[in-house]
Amino acid sequence: MAGHGLPHGSTYEPTTAFGKWLDARLPITRMLYAQAVDFPTPRNLNYWWTFGGILSFFLVAQIVTGVVLAMHYQPSAAAAFDSVEAIRRDVNFGWLIRNLHAVGASMFFLAGYIHIFRGLYYGSYKAPREVLWIIGVLIFLVMMATAFMGYSLPWGQMSLWGVTVITNLFSSLDSIWKGLGTTIVEWLWGGYSVSGTTLNRFYSLHYLLPFVLAGLVGLHLWALHVVGQNSPTGLDIKTASDAVPFTPFATSKDAVGMFAFLLLFCWFAFFLPDYLGHADNYTPANPLVTPPHIVPEWYFLPFYAILRAIPSKLGGVIAMFAAIAILLFVPWLDTSKVRSTKYRPVYRWFFWLFAFSAVALGWLGSKPPEAEYVFWARVFTIYYFAHFLIVMPLVGWLETPLKVPGSITEAVLGKSQSAKLAPAKS
Amino acid sequence: MKRVQPRWRVAAGALLATLAVAGMGGAALASSEGTHIERQDWTFGGFTGQYDQAQLQRGFQIYQQVCSACHGLKRVRFRNLAEPGGPQFPEDSVKALAKAWPYQISGELDDQGNPIDRLPGLPDPIIGPYKNDVQARAAQNGALPPDLSLIAKARNVEQESAWYSQWFYMLRDIVIGYQEGGPDYLYALLTGYHEPPAGVHVAEGMNYNVAFPGHQLAMPPPLSKDSFVEYQPEAGIKGSLDQNARDVSAFLAWSADPTLDARKRLGWQVMLYLLITTILLYLVKRKIWSRVKH
Repeated sequence: MAGHGLPHGSTYEPTTAFGKWLDARLPITRMLYAQAVDFPTPRNLNYWWTFGGILSFFLVAQIVTGVVLAMHYQPSAAAAFDSVEAIRRDVNFGWLIRNLHAVGASMFFLAGYIHIFRGLYYGSYKAPREVLWIIGVLIFLVMMATAFMGYSLPWGQMSLWGVTVITNLFSSLDSIWKGLGTTIVEWLWGGYSVSGTTLNRFYSLHYLLPFVLAGLVGLHLWALHVVGQNSPTGLDIKTASDAVPFTPFATSKDAVGMFAFLLLFCWFAFFLPDYLGHADNYTPANPLVTPPHIVPEWYFLPFYAILRAIPSKLGGVIAMFAAIAILLFVPWLDTSKVRSTKYRPVYRWFFWLFAFSAVALGWLGSKPPEAEYVFWARVFTIYYFAHFLIVMPLVGWLETPLKVPGSITEAVLGKSQSAKLAPAKS
Repeated sequence: MKRVQPRWRVAAGALLATLAVAGMGGAALASSEGTHIERQDWTFGGFTGQYDQAQLQRGFQIYQQVCSACHGLKRVRFRNLAEPGGPQFPEDSVKALAKAWPYQISGELDDQGNPIDRLPGLPDPIIGPYKNDVQARAAQNGALPPDLSLIAKARNVEQESAWYSQWFYMLRDIVIGYQEGGPDYLYALLTGYHEPPAGVHVAEGMNYNVAFPGHQLAMPPPLSKDSFVEYQPEAGIKGSLDQNARDVSAFLAWSADPTLDARKRLGWQVMLYLLITTILLYLVKRKIWSRVKH
């Protein structure tokens, strides 16, 4: 794998007889050494870069806790709710595993959103990282599908009605081609309403998709290790002095970031396990009683607000999916020559306005769809799309960026010192 | 960073100000609905709180003497009443309690294949008077008395506040570890039966309650100022509507979350471990990075 920035071979030399024997047959240690130890990392990465590692941890953690939960969970409409309660009450440390899994999903998304906003701020989507970015968007999409299906599994009121509302969205396709939407919805449900059949298939997919996710993460990492990491200056590694070896430098920093994030995770898992959920999901699913407010989990709220902001049902569905799909085109919508928002005095304001809009949409998504809330959801929905479709291309053309340092080394050491190109010792 | 053109700054400021002013109007409109539910002081509240064993015992007494006339507690088993972290009654008393429980376990077969009813034992759920929901509704004028095992988690108090202050309240609740919306609501409900205000018509068979959404509730007041449960003299505490409501809400909080004590205790060990490890890792990181300017 030739690096885009700096070529890096493996400095691995097997020392043991077994190591030499294996290296001649399957040089996996050599490969891992090249990617996890020697891999050149920009020397100026800040803590926002630790979220990639945090996300990998959460994928593994969710799979591990999920596999244990699956040993006790019963995916049927009659038994699902009771089996989750049995896990909480009767399985040894079942309450812990279940809290870690449920809160873990929220933390996975929190880390994911931070990772996405970091990429947007520092222009990590720009050439040559378009494919890396697109795989990231696909990961986000699969994560959403996995989480949505996972939320149906406890089979409480919010599980049932959340699934009903979201799957029903597809029925809006009826207005394009009569019967198309209904057919799709019935096919998704496996019947004429959300039922135990739906629960069973969602369980099956909920177990499958994390492994799809793992595959996509593999590609994401592969693409990352081909093009190299972006940096806060938006500059690539050009010379040896721009970089430090991944281990011990990035590894040690990632470890700090991860443990700090684990503190937050465990605070919620141990002291606030239900804070991020909804009380209605402690009432068993009942198709005859609709909860007063059907609200998705917090990480879907901005998209839920966009859905409800559009007056037509089909329009709302299209806008909601477009809000995610538009991320795929960001590498080409941003016309700026400069990557990092650090050097973009005008765009910086729009970036924070976008972040504000996304949070505001999240808040509005948690509110009932009434007059003022819908009005503001429309305002922020308009900005959400305008940010990508108008601001990104226009500001990129019109703005005069600040002066970007010549290299990462120059940004860190200043011009005079970097002239000497003091190589970073490992 | 210093070279931001002032007109951009003015434009962004003006936009934010507009949003703020307009948003306040919307928030004022939103906060007029719903009843304010007072937060109570619970021994198990916040990130350090633990259940008060004596209170759980008193709370069970209220459940047994009042609530269990209509409501089951099926996810709690008799044996749970003797376990640590709960009321922790002596096992013999719980055995005797189960044998004297007024409602029998049904649906099992004898060795001839005939359906039988039998007395519950330690491993059996604490059931209510009704065999199923249809029977319950038939006996209760169409209303269904819900099972109470999870009621403290299935109810919550919505924090209604304006968009600019809600973040502060959310952050405060996260920092103090507030998760007692359920018991707060139950306490407010049990003490919330009042004469309806003038002009409010209460439907036939319904009761006025300030805490209940919509204010009309089928359940008649289970406790009142004049009719409440007296505790045993050795409890050292006098019965009253307020005390009964507080104790049974705490007991129902335990029924919904019987592992709370263990969870918070382990939580502190985990937090301590993570904190120390984070600090050590930070020092390691600093040492490693001291070799290069970054």
